[in-house]
Amino acid sequence: MKARVPSLILHRLLIAALTLLIVSFAVYFATSMLPGDTATILLGQSATPEAIAGLRKAMNLDEPAILRFLKWIGGLFRGELGTSYANNMPVAALIGDRLLNTLKLAGLTTIIAVPLALTLGITSAMRRGTLYDRIVTVATVGVISVPEFVIATSAVLLFAVYLRWLPALSLTGDAHGLMGMLRVYAMPVITLTFGVSAQMIRMSRAAVIETLNTPYVEMALLKGASQSRLVLRHALPNALGPIVNAVALSLSYLLGGVIIVETIFNYPGVAKLMVDAVSTRDLPLIQSCAMIFCVGYLLLVTAADVIAILSNPRLR
Amino acid sequence: MSPIVQIRDLKVEARTDSGRRVAIIKGVSLDVAEGEVMAFIGESGSGKTTVAMTLLGYARPGCWIAGGEVRVDGVDMAALPEKERARIRGTKVAYVPQSAAAAFNPAIPIMEQVIEVTRIHRLMPPEEARRKAVELFRALSLPDPDHIGDRYPHQVSGGQLQRLAAAMALIGDPKVVVFDEPTTALDVTTQVEVLRAFKTVTRKHRIACVYVSHDLAVVAQIADRITVLKGGEIQECGTTTDILERPQHPYTRQLLDAFRPAPHARAVLTDDAPLLHVNGLSVGYGPPGANGKPLVLAVESVSLTVRQGTNVGIIGESGSGKSTLARAIAGILPACGGDILFDGRELWDSARKRSRDQLRQLQIVFQHADTALNPAKSIEQILGRPLTFYHGLRGKARDARIDSLLDMVHLPRALRHRRPGELSGGQKQRVNVARALAAEPKLILCDEITSALDTVVAAAVVDLLKELQRELGLSYVFISHDLSVIEAICDEIIVMHRGRMVEAITPSARQQPKHPYTRLLFSSVPKLDPTWLDGLDPQSERMQAASGG
Amino acid sequence: MTTRPASVPLASRLGYRINPVGLVAFSVILFWAVVALFADSLAPHPVGEIIDNDFFGPMRAGLWLGSDYLGRDMLSRILLGARYTVGISLAAVTIACFSGVVLGMTAAVVGGTLDTVMSRLFDALNSIPSKLFGLMVVAAVGSSIPVLILTLSVIYTPGAFRFSRALAVNIDTMDFMMVARIRGERLPYLIGAEILPNIVGPVLADLGLRFVFIVLLLSGLSFLGLGVQPPYADWGALVRENIGGLAFAAPAVIVPSIAIATLTISINLLIDNLPQKVRDRSVSP
Repeated sequence: MKARVPSLILHRLLIAALTLLIVSFAVYFATSMLPGDTATILLGQSATPEAIAGLRKAMNLDEPAILRFLKWIGGLFRGELGTSYANNMPVAALIGDRLLNTLKLAGLTTIIAVPLALTLGITSAMRRGTLYDRIVTVATVGVISVPEFVIATSAVLLFAVYLRWLPALSLTGDAHGLMGMLRVYAMPVITLTFGVSAQMIRMSRAAVIETLNTPYVEMALLKGASQSRLVLRHALPNALGPIVNAVALSLSYLLGGVIIVETIFNYPGVAKLMVDAVSTRDLPLIQSCAMIFCVGYLLLVTAADVIAILSNPRLR
Repeated sequence: MSPIVQIRDLKVEARTDSGRRVAIIKGVSLDVAEGEVMAFIGESGSGKTTVAMTLLGYARPGCWIAGGEVRVDGVDMAALPEKERARIRGTKVAYVPQSAAAAFNPAIPIMEQVIEVTRIHRLMPPEEARRKAVELFRALSLPDPDHIGDRYPHQVSGGQLQRLAAAMALIGDPKVVVFDEPTTALDVTTQVEVLRAFKTVTRKHRIACVYVSHDLAVVAQIADRITVLKGGEIQECGTTTDILERPQHPYTRQLLDAFRPAPHARAVLTDDAPLLHVNGLSVGYGPPGANGKPLVLAVESVSLTVRQGTNVGIIGESGSGKSTLARAIAGILPACGGDILFDGRELWDSARKRSRDQLRQLQIVFQHADTALNPAKSIEQILGRPLTFYHGLRGKARDARIDSLLDMVHLPRALRHRRPGELSGGQKQRVNVARALAAEPKLILCDEITSALDTVVAAAVVDLLKELQRELGLSYVFISHDLSVIEAICDEIIVMHRGRMVEAITPSARQQPKHPYTRLLFSSVPKLDPTWLDGLDPQSERMQAASGG
Repeated sequence: MTTRPASVPLASRLGYRINPVGLVAFSVILFWAVVALFADSLAPHPVGEIIDNDFFGPMRAGLWLGSDYLGRDMLSRILLGARYTVGISLAAVTIACFSGVVLGMTAAVVGGTLDTVMSRLFDALNSIPSKLFGLMVVAAVGSSIPVLILTLSVIYTPGAFRFSRALAVNIDTMDFMMVARIRGERLPYLIGAEILPNIVGPVLADLGLRFVFIVLLLSGLSFLGLGVQPPYADWGALVRENIGGLAFAAPAVIVPSIAIATLTISINLLIDNLPQKVRDRSVSP
């Protein structure tokens, strides 16, 4: 029995690796299926055929696509992310600090959202059917149903326009001291926390309710256990896998959320970099940013699966 | 001495989907004396479990106690607030569930769950509770009583879990224990041992029991008195002997009759060419190993012969391979060895390769009519499809045939527009049979088709099968774990144990089974005689006596 | 014998119980559907016409929803925006769900290698965050309405596949599937006649949810300037155009946001409060 856990985890990791391969394939080809080709885009429509041919050669565009894909992916493994079309800087250099900024934003959101959302999700499951539960449920449905930019604009309207507590835009370089930090991060973090928490509340609530409906919780009730004992001792340990899964999936919402939030608040993160790269059609930069996001998602989901395997009592 | 349990005019209501309130228990009154075992017997939906649960002041979600008193040791459980009820649960009244496998929390070691009652109610220090639990394990004849509590529920067998659930109920020294069909999910040979353990322990501690069951023979072994429930009302209540020997109520008589099936008019065994001949069939699961056989062999070289118009029964406990054998014959699971001859011609091992006519002539009826009938289709569509598929019937011809099929299985024609969800269990099983008949088969494989049905309903289905056989000259292969069902209909019985065929016997020779396992199996089937269990030798002795003799 | 009082509403007489929340949600959805269909005749002004000297004008008679950053009538722009938001999303969700559900049921019924390969591929596609996918495609091939519809449906096919496959796998374990198989039935009958009728309810609910996701993604892309391109504008693009009015809480930026929210929230609420078929066993014998 015990040997099953490592083999299950290994299996999960192999699947993650395979998925990553398929994803990188998809990313590469989605960004390479241009109507014109890269050389034309770079040089513009008015470029001479000779100039285009020369650039094609220089960029190895004459080679078959598969070969270019393999070279590209090999480069990724060596940390060579290529050179930006737009300003000829190494992609790695462009991304460096920006990635750190995005991670700060995501980390801060996680620290706030996870405890908040799990508390709300689990307590509303415990008191299901009550007014409290209904308010939480309706609020989460509301938040889930609107785009991030609506949450963001609402937050700006509320905190910056009506209440005038915070400035509407993140002013970077001003992040000194607590107030400075608050000014830079408050709006983006508030917006992201709303979205992430709503997802997490919904999923963790469902996970706990599902375990509360099992015969073993009924059995514990018939042994005279209190409501809190039913939830904390009997339901939660079994809901752990689904809850971790809920946390991971909700956090992956961050990946989509930051794209909007960084743009709207002009926050210098990797998502903003990517949106800008899209408007300049800077493909190497787009590809690298996309891979960062996909790896982030896979890390989250795989970690959740591994934790679920480890916490499954039947595999002990 | 006043009775420990006094139920007076108990009413329980439930809310239906449409929000209507329906009475499901309509004024039940009864007493249970200290140390007495009271059995509740009735079919599903009779309210027997609902009444028993009210002793714990509990009604399942969607139901509530609407009136009356449920006094346990003088306290009215129906009137208490939830907090007070919780204090009584586990200490005065305890509960043993139908499926211990589902009722044990998979994430917590068994011992922690067994002594949880002492923690919740602060009855004794954990060390003392553990010692007491080990004593109970020993008294319930569990193997390795000192360490079995360290395991997790999934590491222990079903029969052991059921006994562990009893230990969990008894740890708080309750005065009343509710047993909710505690042996229904077990094999007969296990059931005997579990019943015996329950009886010994509850008798020793003079605990009053409410024992809920649908099985009259099981109840006869353990109960002092029996209450017969139907439709939320008490039909009859009396001592076990009275109920068994002098039943007053028609429903009770029906229940008893179902236990004494009309003897099967045996077919004359002829030397005609066999309809089905299975020769050295082996079936397994998993990828093939080095020897070309699958990893796990569920059926190992089984042979059997079914002649036209005769029935063969396959009996065995869970894991014996009997259902796998049926599935291999039907072509659902490909066999890995041996061959199947049907009507003189060899059958492919997979249904995909068999001809449409071969598929038509060999039908299978599954155990659970709930899942065997597509809930999204009407009875008309369900019966109509094989008619169109095999016989090309459409329109009026098909409609007429559907009517005659419904007539054959004694269902009203008006049911054709209903969906399976709107039918009772017995009606669904009849539709299931009718669908097989629609193909006009020569042989029907019946896989545990009466197991999910109430006793009375099951007996009626068996009668129907016999009647159809007389009219249509069918043959059946009847797979069941229930000896009485097999005896009622089969000309030959094949006993399976751990994938092997242990013995093939014709019922006239049944009284002298030779193989020790067959003897154990047959002797484990409860009899209506209340002294049967006490007179039965322990399992090991029965096995030995058999193998010695 | 149950005699029902004559005052029972029609819905319960039909055997359904309708929840008031669901009814309100349905009305809102119906309203937007009608608007999307008849936007041309409903709009008081041509969408491109500048009729207000002021920009970000407030709500007033004749300009019921104020004016936008160029002084155009917001009401007309919202009404026509509904056409793009609802139309594109509806087209995309139809393609996504049709292909996802058919492939999902097929994978579940056929099983084996086909199932494994399809599940792996779709899982991999699913692990590309949806906005990112949209960004990449727009970067590569530019944004036009057909590209948007196709991209959105490709993004949401894996989800529909996964959902319907999971449902179909459960149905596939039922004995009636086995009965149909050993009757000799083929794939089209198995998925169309045996599985589909059992999963059609949840699949429609899933279609609704997916429609919401698509509306959100489309609005998000348009908000980033990568979705519907001028001169056309869906609701997301309207928010983008008028984001400058945010600082003075102009209706031009608030109203399109509200329009999106009413549509998406209503769909979610409708799914949670669908009329329930009353299965009252105690009524029928």
